[in-house]
Amino acid sequence: MTEKDYLTTYKSTWCPGCGNFGLAIAMRKALAELNLDPAKVLIVYGIGCSGNGVNFTKTYAWHSLHGRAVPTAIGAKLANKDLTVIAMAGDGDGLGEGMGHFIHAIRGNADVTYVIHDNKTYSLTTGQAAPTSDRGFKAKTTPEGVIEEMANPVSLALAAGTSFVARGFAGNAEHLKEIFKAAITHRGFSVVDVFQPCVTFNTVNTFKWFFDRLYNIDQDATYNKNDLSRAFKESLIWGAKIPYGIFYQNNRPTYGDELPQLRGAALVKRPMTVRDIDRLVKSFA
Amino acid sequence: MMQKNNLSWKIGGEAGFGIKSAGLMFAQIFMKAGYEIFDYTEYPSLIRGGHNTYQLIVDTRPVNSVSREVDVLVALNINTINQNADELSSGGLIIYDSDKFKMPAKYQEHSFGIPLSTIAKEAGNELMRNVAAIGATLALVGQKLDIAGRIVRENFQRKGGAVVANNIKALKAGYDYVLKNHPVNFICVLPTRPPKDNILIAANESLALGALAAGLNFYAGYPMTPSSTILQYLATVAQQVGIVVKHAEDEISVINMALGAAHVGARAMIATSGGGFALMVESLGLTGITETPLVIVNVQRPGPATGLPTWTEQGDLQFVLRAAQGDFPRIVLAPGDAQEAFELGAEAMNLAEIYQLPVIILSDKFIAEGITTNKRLTRKGIKINRGKLLTTSQLTNIKKYQRYKLTADGISPRTVPGMSQGLFIANSDEHDEYGFSSESGTNRVAQVDKRQRKLETLAKKIPRPKIYGNLKAKKLIVIWGSTKGVVLDAYNELPEKQQKKIKIMHLQYIWPLAKNFIQEALKKSKDVLLIENNSNAQLGQLIAQETGVLIKNKILKYDGRPFFREDIRRALHNF
Repeated sequence: MTEKDYLTTYKSTWCPGCGNFGLAIAMRKALAELNLDPAKVLIVYGIGCSGNGVNFTKTYAWHSLHGRAVPTAIGAKLANKDLTVIAMAGDGDGLGEGMGHFIHAIRGNADVTYVIHDNKTYSLTTGQAAPTSDRGFKAKTTPEGVIEEMANPVSLALAAGTSFVARGFAGNAEHLKEIFKAAITHRGFSVVDVFQPCVTFNTVNTFKWFFDRLYNIDQDATYNKNDLSRAFKESLIWGAKIPYGIFYQNNRPTYGDELPQLRGAALVKRPMTVRDIDRLVKSFA
Repeated sequence: MMQKNNLSWKIGGEAGFGIKSAGLMFAQIFMKAGYEIFDYTEYPSLIRGGHNTYQLIVDTRPVNSVSREVDVLVALNINTINQNADELSSGGLIIYDSDKFKMPAKYQEHSFGIPLSTIAKEAGNELMRNVAAIGATLALVGQKLDIAGRIVRENFQRKGGAVVANNIKALKAGYDYVLKNHPVNFICVLPTRPPKDNILIAANESLALGALAAGLNFYAGYPMTPSSTILQYLATVAQQVGIVVKHAEDEISVINMALGAAHVGARAMIATSGGGFALMVESLGLTGITETPLVIVNVQRPGPATGLPTWTEQGDLQFVLRAAQGDFPRIVLAPGDAQEAFELGAEAMNLAEIYQLPVIILSDKFIAEGITTNKRLTRKGIKINRGKLLTTSQLTNIKKYQRYKLTADGISPRTVPGMSQGLFIANSDEHDEYGFSSESGTNRVAQVDKRQRKLETLAKKIPRPKIYGNLKAKKLIVIWGSTKGVVLDAYNELPEKQQKKIKIMHLQYIWPLAKNFIQEALKKSKDVLLIENNSNAQLGQLIAQETGVLIKNKILKYDGRPFFREDIRRALHNF
């Protein structure tokens, strides 16, 4: 498999220089290096610029509603555990409308990889503040600046009991690819928050802005990604320096592992025949 | 003493008094004794206190409705007298806990006090006065205690031998008290019956069983009265039958999880009530545009908003017909009773896959929670039809697979993730035949028309409404869904001469509407009467919209209560 095996013929509609390109390349390369058959991969997209990626990557795909990629991905994985299931959503999509699903999905730990396209803005709707925008961020709907605290998906995931959370950067596609590979091979709900600057509507959080601040915790030999309190402390660092890399991982059982009825063949691969209900009916007699 | 072939029994008290559990035991006793039964509960949306009643109709003939009148009213508190004493039939009797209150003078003549609390306390626990009341009633209606003893034992077995023994003691003490002290012994005697091979079930559980028989393997839900017992029942049997049942965080998650499962090839179903359905609406449209098979059950309760959470209404028909933005095909079904809920639960699984669209089943609290005797449900006659779901070998013969191929019948061949060469985008955006997003006007029209063509295909196949009564009669009654039981029960009481003048058209396949058939039936009838359990005559609106015929003569009820036998009796009398 090569990266090109995951490309459709559809012409990309992202802006030249968009952070989504780096993210998409890293994802396609990760899929290729993991040697995953495009027919055995299901990517569930949300709505927004990230969701428009549904047309450019060749796998089975589901283009969901705004905020709803995660539950769809979970349902698909529980019904067919043989598929590699990835959910993709933007920061507004996944952490605005979809915030509730995000927290509950982490609690459940279904074996799904969740990629948050985090450009700290709403872009397809032409530039409004997002849940991940910094306090004071000025945009069309917040001309005086954002009043709310910034949502931090990494801290939120850790607080909710995540089994895997990482932060990547579209400006470092090679590193991002490795994170994706780790996330996809992780058994459980793996969260990857990806900074992918919007070059059209966010003139603050640019590629340079991130390059100036990001430091890679994967390169820190003293960092222990099994240490929850260390991870939480690290996740709260925000300002002149911003950490990225794999913050935390554990191997608690997945949602599917906890269901004895899912042992053996995947649910949808069992013969679809009329079910004998006589024993069930007997309990009503 | 008199002979009777039926009995209307009601027990009332606070939530927490064991009203429902006593009622269910009473129902089991009479089913085992060979009777037909139908039950009806009224309970407020709270856990302790309030006023709860459980009513049971016992009959020698099949019964699918309740009467307002009660022959034996068991009052565990004075509130039951205040609320329900005026429901007493002529010749009926109130039995009450004389330890708890003094019967108002007005009702003394028709009541009989029993020290139920003392009897229960002596048997071991005051809580058992519900069981003592069962014993008392059985004595009043001339039943023996053998079956009741067995049922009480079965019900308390898991609580241990002492609890069983105490309950049997309470049952017998209530029974003996009546035999010893009641001046006329029996108010009526129900004849002994040969036992039947019936089960005791409500439409929620029978619908779940129908879906299970037809291969349901993925169910998601969020608790909402009166749909919750579907979720609870399926959760209880999930491991045994090998299906996934997911209690999700909200109804939006419920429908999207089910869509994910259905997309990869599961037979998926979800159930909720109107409020939960409202939350699902955007995703209902997603089901439509992605052409994903999904069965959605809406067990109606009176709305809007929280409305009357634990009561009944047929108020969501127009809502589910039009829910979600844009035009897309859907199927709407409405079972009339537990048996039809079973059949439609199974049929909906096939319809969803054959036509690749959302199938909505409209039930309501009245039948969903109304436990009734039903013949033993069997999988006989149920078939699995997955429509145009391609096999791997069929797919290899297709050169360039198109999930949304323009076809004459509007239904396109379907693949599921995992199948090589079958890749496609299930796209929430308007899309071309491959599933790629497309904003072309020509493509848009082609895809909208393709989806709509499914309705035309369906219209040729959908079963017609059922006609009951004299097919040649000039008087026509039009009903749908859960009003079937009460209308037929009241009709069956009519003298033959009157029955001959009336026919009843019951719709369970509501959408697409059997337009021509209904138009013809309306045209051929001299008088038409529409009966609906809502305030706006929602089926009447639909029929007017589709046939141009407005049914003016109508009986509507929307006080949260189902139609009682008396309501329909009166309607038939005046018709």
